[in-house]
Amino acid sequence: MKPAAFEYHAPRTLEEALGLLHEHQDEAKVLAGGQSLVPAMNFRLARPSVLVDIAHLPDLDRIEATEPGSVTVGARVRHLDLEHNTIGGPLGSLFALTGRWVGHYPIRVRGTFGGSLAHADPAAEWCALACALDAEIHCRSASGSRSVGAGDFFEQMAFTTCLEPDELLVGVRLPELSDSCGVGMAEFARRWGDFAIVLAVTAVERDGDSIAGARIALGGVAGGPVRASNAEAALAGRPATAGTVAAAAAAAAEEVDPTGDIHGSADYRRDLVRAMVTRALDQALK
Amino acid sequence: MIGESVLRLEDQPLLRGEGRFVADINLPHQLHMRIVRSQVAHGTIESIDAAEALAVPGVAAVWTGADVAAIPPIDFRQVGADQMVPYRQPILAQDRVRYVGEPVAAVFAVDPYVAEDGAEAVVVEVSGLAPLLDAAGPLGDFDGRLDTEAYVFTEKTGDVDGAFGRAEHVLEADFSVGRHTGVPLECRGAVAVHHRSTGTLEFLGAAKVPFQNRDALARMLGLPPSGVVLREAHVGGGFGVRGELYPEDVLVALAALRLGRPVKWIEDRQEHLVAANHSRDQRYRLRVATDASGVVEGLEVEFVSDQGAYVRTHGATVATLAAAMLPGPYRIPNYRVTGRVRLSNKTPAGTYRAPGRYESTFVRERALDAVAAALGIDRAEIRRRNLIGSEEMPFERGVDALGTPVVYDSGQYEMMLDRVMAHIDYRALTDSLAERRANGELVGLGLGFFVEKSGLGPFAGSRIEVDPAGRVTVTTGEASVGQGFETVMAQICAETLAVDLDKVSVVHGQTDQMSYGMGAFASRATVMAGTATHAASVALRRRAIEVAAEMLEASPDDLELVDGAVRVVGSPTQAVSLGAIASSLGPASPHVQDRPGLVTEEWYTTSHMNYPYGLHAGVVALDPDTGSVGIERYVIAYDIGRAINPMLVEGQIVGGAAQGFGGALFEDFSYDEIGQPLVTTFMDYLMPTAAEMPELEILLSEDAPSPLNPLGVKGAGEGGTNACGAVIASAVDDALGRPGAVCSLPLTPERLHTLCRSGGAASRV
Repeated sequence: MKPAAFEYHAPRTLEEALGLLHEHQDEAKVLAGGQSLVPAMNFRLARPSVLVDIAHLPDLDRIEATEPGSVTVGARVRHLDLEHNTIGGPLGSLFALTGRWVGHYPIRVRGTFGGSLAHADPAAEWCALACALDAEIHCRSASGSRSVGAGDFFEQMAFTTCLEPDELLVGVRLPELSDSCGVGMAEFARRWGDFAIVLAVTAVERDGDSIAGARIALGGVAGGPVRASNAEAALAGRPATAGTVAAAAAAAAEEVDPTGDIHGSADYRRDLVRAMVTRALDQALK
Repeated sequence: MIGESVLRLEDQPLLRGEGRFVADINLPHQLHMRIVRSQVAHGTIESIDAAEALAVPGVAAVWTGADVAAIPPIDFRQVGADQMVPYRQPILAQDRVRYVGEPVAAVFAVDPYVAEDGAEAVVVEVSGLAPLLDAAGPLGDFDGRLDTEAYVFTEKTGDVDGAFGRAEHVLEADFSVGRHTGVPLECRGAVAVHHRSTGTLEFLGAAKVPFQNRDALARMLGLPPSGVVLREAHVGGGFGVRGELYPEDVLVALAALRLGRPVKWIEDRQEHLVAANHSRDQRYRLRVATDASGVVEGLEVEFVSDQGAYVRTHGATVATLAAAMLPGPYRIPNYRVTGRVRLSNKTPAGTYRAPGRYESTFVRERALDAVAAALGIDRAEIRRRNLIGSEEMPFERGVDALGTPVVYDSGQYEMMLDRVMAHIDYRALTDSLAERRANGELVGLGLGFFVEKSGLGPFAGSRIEVDPAGRVTVTTGEASVGQGFETVMAQICAETLAVDLDKVSVVHGQTDQMSYGMGAFASRATVMAGTATHAASVALRRRAIEVAAEMLEASPDDLELVDGAVRVVGSPTQAVSLGAIASSLGPASPHVQDRPGLVTEEWYTTSHMNYPYGLHAGVVALDPDTGSVGIERYVIAYDIGRAINPMLVEGQIVGGAAQGFGGALFEDFSYDEIGQPLVTTFMDYLMPTAAEMPELEILLSEDAPSPLNPLGVKGAGEGGTNACGAVIASAVDDALGRPGAVCSLPLTPERLHTLCRSGGAASRV
């Protein structure tokens, strides 16, 4: 468990970092906390010959309201900083609810939001949250910049995104949630801190006793995070009752197509989807 | 001081980061070893090409099986038998590979990174053979001559057929326990150096059984035992796994001799999970004959132990202990057991905390629950009816284990049952659980009674010496795996010599410091080394008073030992310190009798083990949506005769229980159909963490001191683990209201979820 040889760079400016990625292309990997990449390198499952550490890049460590109605999270904001954010409102609550499920405390101290999205583990909490909220992901390269919606950012293949080898994920824009929005997060893992077997992130817009609209994203059931759109449709315009929640959870379990591994078969994951969606919706409607 | 929860002497250096584990040891010019392991579960080695590896700058040597063909396979340390000899493991695979992870080549290089680069460059061609993965299925071929059944044995007592003939009720059942093992925080490791100036081979990083490993290494390498010195450093957990002699240890020692440079090897976690001993993995078939009141008259057991690819140092230890200890605390007058040690193409197996007993307690207690359910008897009551009475002690079981007859030395089993029943308020608890179940909750209680074994002989020695400053050094050939051995030895010595604890140093596991030693296994260290240290302390105290009597010109009867000094009773100014007594015992001193110095050495020998016993009671709550098991409450009552340091005993129990829960709910070495291990990292090998652990209620008792040693002490290492699987299974059955639903471990969430959904009372997992 010793990594293969690599070159390490710690650029001080974004331009320098993008220059290195441009120069080394496929050979380079971005180090953004190292909680997944470094173990993978130690196992020699990942063997980049160049590491570009973004820990020293200015400005990427902020959570800020860059424009009205949205919040931008810098790429190297630590999990713990999102968990203990001062954003307030339902979005702040959702960050807090979700953040506590990310790994263990030492991982949350080092690991980053942008790193998690770029790594794109299918069971990662932040990926599901970004998917649920249709986050806009800002990517920069030496030759320009672009923004990609979460739905297009995550490929439906594990650990795969639309990032080009010379692109750096610099930040993520998320919509503020209105005060009438309830949020929920439920996850089942074998142990506290493990990657989820199944997780669900929900945001439900209330209209009195009815549900105006809902967002549900699932982790652990596909190659990347997925929206449970049939379940969302089963909620829109319906009364906020246990029956509605049960119907939505059943729809979610129906529409996913998970694959099994040693921690859970496809059928088991489908049952867990029903349970997690129920719990996350119950929480959002409380 | 004996009986007090004093803080550990070991903790000061450990907490300051000044511990010295094997990975902390570095010698000038050392080479690092990296093992190339088989990627194939079973096959014939066609070729190994090391050319590319040797071309990697910094690689000093690459060895394959051919380079070490003259070195014999690793021998059994205990419970060996002639028929198992052909199944021993060579230090590098010779013609065949038999499990994924088997060492096939060793690369030696200037640093561990280069060694790993070199290991990657070794090309191993294997032509695959069909792997055998179900040891309880048809036998396979081991080597073209022998099949895969390495050892079969039968133990019996009483008239089993007669008991079944007159039984009023006969129950048959199958049970199994999965494959898991001890995973110490510190992986294995070794550093060896050949001192040409003295001709001595020094091996650092030994653990558990340094003397036995010294003898084995000396034999394998053709050296005299006095030419090989093993040294134990700090050890970060043993659990049965760490410290046995493995292929890597022998390779490090051999390389230090052959390459003329120190050689270091530190195992990584991924290696550990496929290379260090696995354990458990047994399948049982039982028949239980009872009378109408649930008293067990006869028990017939057949089981298969999946030994993995080779028979390692433990020989048939695990199977032997499973068989001998299966009847547990119950009378069971007629008992017959047949154990089969069979090979498969998995990692070889050995002992793990409560070896054979975790499995056999699961099986016995499951069977007793089944009888209780069939006859409509309360689960506590059926245990009470079968417990061996205190008036029957010492109780001869009629079977042997580890070469000695199983004779329970002492026990107040019913008293313990009463204590636990009172502690949990059994009636009120079962009523409240029944009420919660009626309200839709899945909650249940499980009970598991067991007898442990400890204090394996045949010997332990202790030498105690006082220096002129009054510092006391206890030297023993026994070992520490991190369990607080130094503190416990110091407590025993300090109490007897009336000195402060911090005046005592304890030296252990250094083969050049003592002539003989056994080690830290089988919950033996406190019993054996503690008894020897007690005897040596008593002798030293006597000797100190004798010499002080001469120095003070007083009668020994008028002297007392207080605060590290011998003084005249009633006249405390007439005193001489232990240091001054030691000073007066130079080689030319008139006070000297047999040998100079204030020093004594005592050896404790015994041919019998002693037998602590315990009762676990646990309450679980099931989540039917996910299949997870929450442990709401867990009580462990354990009687070890006498607790030298109750805090350390409780620590043993808590840590042991975590491992017990791991095997019950989380840990499982699974393999795919071609023998590839599916669990090779901590992402997949799920040990419980603090978050999964309930707060334990520990009822430590001293009702039944051992009559076999003057301290009355029994071993404390394994009682926390022993009954966890049995109790979780029993509690889950109770929560589901389906007795006998759980027949195998581990009970993963998916399996339990399936069980919850299946509904029908007949379904089992």
